[in-house]
Amino acid sequence: MAVEKTYQEINERIKKGQAVVVTAEELVSMVKEKGITRVTSEVDVVTTGTFGPMCSSGAFLSLGHTKPRMKMHKVWLNDVPAYTGIAAVDAFIGATEVPEDDPLNSAYPGEFRYGGGHVIQDLVAHQKVRLKATGYGTDCYPRREIETVITIDDINEAILFNPRNAYQNYNCAVNLSTRIVYTYMGMLKANLGNAHFSTSGQLSPLLKDPTFKTIGVGTRIFLGGGIGYVVWNGTQHFPGINQDDSGNSFGHAGGTLSVLGDLKQMNPRWLVGTSMLGYGATLTVGLGIPIPVLNEEVCRFAAAGDDELYAPIVDYGNAYPNFTPSNLGYVSYGELKSGKIKVNGKEVPTAPVSSYPRAREIAGTLKQWIQKGDFLLGEPVQLLPNADAGIKANTLKG
Amino acid sequence: MSSKKVVLRFAADITDQPIIYKLVKDHDLIINILKADINPQKEGTLVVELTGDNTEQGLEYLRQLGVGVQSLTEEIIQNEEKCVSCGACTDICPTGALYMERPDMVVRFNSDRCVVCRLCVKACPMKAMEVRF
Ligand code: SF4
Ligand code: SF4
Repeated sequence: MAVEKTYQEINERIKKGQAVVVTAEELVSMVKEKGITRVTSEVDVVTTGTFGPMCSSGAFLSLGHTKPRMKMHKVWLNDVPAYTGIAAVDAFIGATEVPEDDPLNSAYPGEFRYGGGHVIQDLVAHQKVRLKATGYGTDCYPRREIETVITIDDINEAILFNPRNAYQNYNCAVNLSTRIVYTYMGMLKANLGNAHFSTSGQLSPLLKDPTFKTIGVGTRIFLGGGIGYVVWNGTQHFPGINQDDSGNSFGHAGGTLSVLGDLKQMNPRWLVGTSMLGYGATLTVGLGIPIPVLNEEVCRFAAAGDDELYAPIVDYGNAYPNFTPSNLGYVSYGELKSGKIKVNGKEVPTAPVSSYPRAREIAGTLKQWIQKGDFLLGEPVQLLPNADAGIKANTLKG
Repeated sequence: MSSKKVVLRFAADITDQPIIYKLVKDHDLIINILKADINPQKEGTLVVELTGDNTEQGLEYLRQLGVGVQSLTEEIIQNEEKCVSCGACTDICPTGALYMERPDMVVRFNSDRCVVCRLCVKACPMKAMEVRF
């Protein structure tokens, strides 16, 4: 009979230090060698990882009350504005926020040397951060101003809450126009001068459980070097299947995750402030998800290698900015990683913008945590919508 | 034999002279041009690596011609603490000084090939490429 395992069984094995854990990269070659059936019965957990710039990240900070009390109306952390419209001393620092006096793209391409992502990295690194706040004064919260210095240890809570992380798959970005474009996918040279891609392919969490059979609300994950949780689907969660013009399928895409964890136990190696030239500031996030090998189906998906996973090639010179459909074909992660691909008959050099070595390190770390018995699997209380849900994207009119 | 990297600045009136030819012919130097640029005012900048026994004599010859000679003191370094091997610089670097080691996809920096164009300094999202004077 085909193997079926439960979370409870796997967690019992983890607690006893008997669980068999492999990284998604190791699984690919293992399955090629031994076949699905044998590997499904042998392996309990597969670990994944990704380390790339992830906008839609940020942190809730509960700063603590001042004496006399103050209802903060505006808050700045190292001159970067944080959103305070939540409560008297709570603020949300978003990864892409930049100081009010940043030259932005007025000196094109703007450098965006310091933003919300950098504030988060400084906090996690236990660096001193300048806090400035103003208020309008109320009877119960009379104070109107404060300028002080904080560290993450001084404040009550710091919760990393990233509403959209871990994109399932992503475009391979090229530039068909005749000028350099500076994008969130990096610097793209004119006339198909280069191609950038941004997932860890065979290590990428949502490409390894593409139909959301195991990942859901409550899944315990590696987040920013510490422990975090999947708390919902991400924003812009449009799980679907990539197809070319003739209807051939090129795999799953479009799923995203909303993740959360205590920032105080995270590590600046895995939350890195990031400056995309000409685009903006953001945060590079390290994220890894363990996939329980419940049955052969889960194992088969998790064993997909770089040669079986594809990214769509999209023009960021004209088509993407104008939101016009662009499909220049599909290319496998195997080809992307080789350093060159063919687009419109031209050989184009490729480069990633997400770090494969770091993704591998995350999958390896998570594997160790589980092997040591420190990290149990969280059984989702609810799975996330997959391609069958038929979710369609809305666009903004106006 | 010694080699030396220098920045040469030419005024507009001498940009048309066969200076490189003379360095090779009269001073027996091996010249590796790392960077060449002529601005709209017709002033030229060359970054060259000179190899041979007579580098000093060659440089003296250039000075007498009125060429500005400055040793290449600026160098680019890869801050290994900050570099995450994302790879974004590897197809931006014009000389292959920044390159990806396959199959591990680790980004390495070979300073011998760097011409200090600074493209990576701007493009690196982690600000891991630094100019050192
Ligand atoms: S762009 Fe910067 S961080 Fe990325 S590989 Fe190059 S030097 Fe390292
Ligand atoms: S400055 Fe940077 S981009 Fe330019 S040659 Fe040196 S390493 Fe390459």
